[in-house]
Amino acid sequence: MALLEVSDLHVSFPTPDGVVRAVRGLSFAVETGKTLGIVGESGSGKSVSTQTIMGLTRGARVSGQALFEGIDLLAMSPKELRSVRGAKVGMIFQDPLSSLHPYYRVGWQIIEMIRNNHHEISKAKARERAVELLRLVGIPQPDRRVDDFPHQFSGGMRQRAMIAMAMSLNPKLLIADEPTTALDVTVQAQVLQVMRRLQEEFGTAIILITHDLGVVAEVADDVVVMYAGSTMEKADRYETFGAPHHPYTEGLLQSLPAYGGERERLRPIPGQPPSLINLPGGCPFHPRCPYVMDRCRAEMPPLFEVGGNPAHTSACWLSRDQVERAALRTKVVGQPLAAPAVP
Amino acid sequence: MTETGASSHRVAGTDKDVLVKVENLQKYFPVQTTSLFRRNHDQVHAVDGVTLEVRRGETLGLVGETGCGKSTLARCIARLCDVSAGRVIFDGRDITSLTPRQMRPLRREMQIIFQDPYGSLNPRRRVGSIIGDPFALHGIADGAERKRKVQEVMELVGLKPEHFNRFPAEFSGGQRQRIGVARALALRPKLIICDEPVSALDVSIQAQIINLLVDLQREFNLTYIFIAHDLSVVRHVSDRVAVMYLGKVAELAPAEDLYQVPRHPYSNALLSAVPVPDPKKSSDRHQIILIGDVPSPIDPPAGCRFHPRCPKAQERCATEEPALASVLGDSAEHVTACHFPVEKGEDLSNTSRVSVPPSGSQTT
Repeated sequence: MALLEVSDLHVSFPTPDGVVRAVRGLSFAVETGKTLGIVGESGSGKSVSTQTIMGLTRGARVSGQALFEGIDLLAMSPKELRSVRGAKVGMIFQDPLSSLHPYYRVGWQIIEMIRNNHHEISKAKARERAVELLRLVGIPQPDRRVDDFPHQFSGGMRQRAMIAMAMSLNPKLLIADEPTTALDVTVQAQVLQVMRRLQEEFGTAIILITHDLGVVAEVADDVVVMYAGSTMEKADRYETFGAPHHPYTEGLLQSLPAYGGERERLRPIPGQPPSLINLPGGCPFHPRCPYVMDRCRAEMPPLFEVGGNPAHTSACWLSRDQVERAALRTKVVGQPLAAPAVP
Repeated sequence: MTETGASSHRVAGTDKDVLVKVENLQKYFPVQTTSLFRRNHDQVHAVDGVTLEVRRGETLGLVGETGCGKSTLARCIARLCDVSAGRVIFDGRDITSLTPRQMRPLRREMQIIFQDPYGSLNPRRRVGSIIGDPFALHGIADGAERKRKVQEVMELVGLKPEHFNRFPAEFSGGQRQRIGVARALALRPKLIICDEPVSALDVSIQAQIINLLVDLQREFNLTYIFIAHDLSVVRHVSDRVAVMYLGKVAELAPAEDLYQVPRHPYSNALLSAVPVPDPKKSSDRHQIILIGDVPSPIDPPAGCRFHPRCPKAQERCATEEPALASVLGDSAEHVTACHFPVEKGEDLSNTSRVSVPPSGSQTT
């Protein structure tokens, strides 16, 4: 059984302008010791889904199931959820400066986290543990830096301190929401290395939410590609990047400046992501899809198994036969795409 | 379409081909200390002796980590801040010490596109009047003529001219960045400084804006200084790239040279840290992970500024500052400031100083 199994998650927010349908029928599973990458652009619902699972979205209408170790998180009382957050599921966010309290020392904040969940641990013991954790994430001179304030840390160190805090109770699952987006590439490499090492050491499962396809390709075992609140494609990382099926995944990869390729013209996905209040009928991607067929406008495709691997699924009506698909691809993508169309 | 119009300018240019020349530019910011005796000796060495030139029609990429001085350098070139020492020559004219009033006519020729399309547009003004600002400020066109010109430039950047009367809030992020581009382009400047123009945008939209910038450059023979932290974007748009570290240029080379054979250990580390969106490639490359953080620019290290973090550092690096020169038989176009440049194929990832060691053994 997977550590966390989310099925048919729907999240919507009533607003004065209408109901924002942020997540529509999301399903995924995370195994112990594995990393699941969730990629998507802004507004694709990638953060909302995990926040909802942890009970952090107020005023949302939620349906579906999120089984963590066999117990449904969505059915838990706020009090029960509190005992899961931190102790069993650690979270880190994009901006470490606003996640750390500026007024308290870094060590104090980690100690509080530990003592809040384990009242029997003495202050001195908890402090020892905090130093140990800071050392683990590669903070130099942890026995001294433990008494620093967050502003005395650099951006990378703050994010590492956040990881230390999230790991302080040995959680089984770590949810990292854009953990390296605010960091420089060199620091990003350090932080990703720390996360990878902790995973090896403690067997923590990680959900990594990001818009950076490069980061996902590097650290995720499996990848979920989201668009307008729905799953477009699910596969392991080799298939996602090597043999993507869904036109959206393909479009994302094509719009990257090819690393190591020629300086040819980029191929952006034309148009804009849809409004989540007024979603297009059928497949949400159809207005921007180069392969669009009549059926796409009417009916949302379910996740089909594509290719040989049963774990590779794609929500698209296009042929699942790789050869036929490849022929179509050259037919559609072979002709140069029109210049960015702006409505 | 592998050849952009700008590439033809890659040949070493005479002075006539140079649009911007920066000589030994320094920019220090005083650090406010609130001590009793108002000691004010500390200075942030944001840009510390940069010499480079930007050629007409080319794109010069500036890369480096946060705080390396790339934005400050661009601001000094646009004279948005005063220069502490050194010279800036724009289009053959020394603009280092011009007063704001003297600078004004020159502002037509240099424009900036900012990173944040939400923060750089006044939310209470209509798009037409935002893009019309440059015309108004320089007294170029009035009334109906201004409107016609604004709509012309809106069309050029892919905005609908009939959206003239809309507010920025009615546009998406990508379209707002187009507004920023339109405003910069309105007076057909010679130089456009793009300060992280696509960093705030989603991947699919990012590509639209990059294509737009490349198209406009070709059409109007624009010169770009392109600042970005996304190295693959910089590679895509730039003819030449300068890698900056702590206020200095570590390496300056034609884009392809830099990405194929980076000479400076810092360039190597920077490039190897970029995640590759291809799992097959990413697992068998040698990643160099630097230890620690960038030192404080208030008191930068002596000698080569990178030496405390450099996997190849030797004694000489701590005392003697390397000059920018072409090394190991590179062309005159490819210059590196390093005593011990990296050979092609040399593997730095095994050196002891680069990887974060396992718990407990780090005491720097």
